[in-house]
Amino acid sequence: MTLLLVFLGGAVGAPARYLMDRMVQRWHDTVFPWGTFAVNVVGSFVLGLLTGLQPGPLVATLAGTGFCGALTTFSTFGFETVRLLEEGSYAEAGLNAVGSLLLGVLAATGGYALAVHVL
Amino acid sequence: MTPSGTGQDVFRGRPARARGRALGVLGVIALGGGLGSIARYLVGSAVPAGADGFPWGTLVVNLTGCLVLGALMVFVLQVWPPSRYVRPFLGVGFLGGYTTFSTVAVEITRLAAPTAAVYAVVSLAAGLAAVWCGMTVARLVARVPVRRGAREEAR
Repeated sequence: MTLLLVFLGGAVGAPARYLMDRMVQRWHDTVFPWGTFAVNVVGSFVLGLLTGLQPGPLVATLAGTGFCGALTTFSTFGFETVRLLEEGSYAEAGLNAVGSLLLGVLAATGGYALAVHVL
Repeated sequence: MTPSGTGQDVFRGRPARARGRALGVLGVIALGGGLGSIARYLVGSAVPAGADGFPWGTLVVNLTGCLVLGALMVFVLQVWPPSRYVRPFLGVGFLGGYTTFSTVAVEITRLAAPTAAVYAVVSLAAGLAAVWCGMTVARLVARVPVRRGAREEAR
């Protein structure tokens, strides 16, 4: 049952990431990987929110482990950063690495606080 | 504005065949994402957290995923013939669903300050190193040179 919930959440999260990434990438014409950046920050916010709401195990597994886990990605984030380094775009690489992590943590904190103090 | 890359616009205004292909791509991403998420869950459950709550499970998942994606992308972009479904299924779907960023962010907020700092730095540094290792080993195995200037391929 748990595996099925994880599968279903992931099967929605991954295509959602692909669509959001493509949408964001069409908005700009720079080397900076805004698509993955945006998806990771948004996903961190949603998971922070979910953590603060303390849902039952069913929703936590489906939406947290499955959906948020697959909506965000660490491997593509790492690959895009290494590609920026290889191309000599050191400022963009540093900004992507540090900015993603900082904003991701801030977004998770904000989502959690919103759930605990407002909702 | 039109996409400058391969031009796979999955959103609108495309003939039926192109729409069918776009749906097929979304389908394999969904399948890969579901399977990758299960793999992440299984690995995460198998690896116990450290005494200080250090999330070894997420770290193992993300580092192995980075290593494999680095190698995969060399093969997808430089070795294997172009394929419609390999990168969506394995890269975007499976490895995208296998690795996770949101869990890392939430874990950092929940760890004690020194552990959180170590976890953040290690995830980042080792993640980038893992991608690089994967790419380097794949380039050695497949005997392909480092390619520069192909910026759109980083997407």
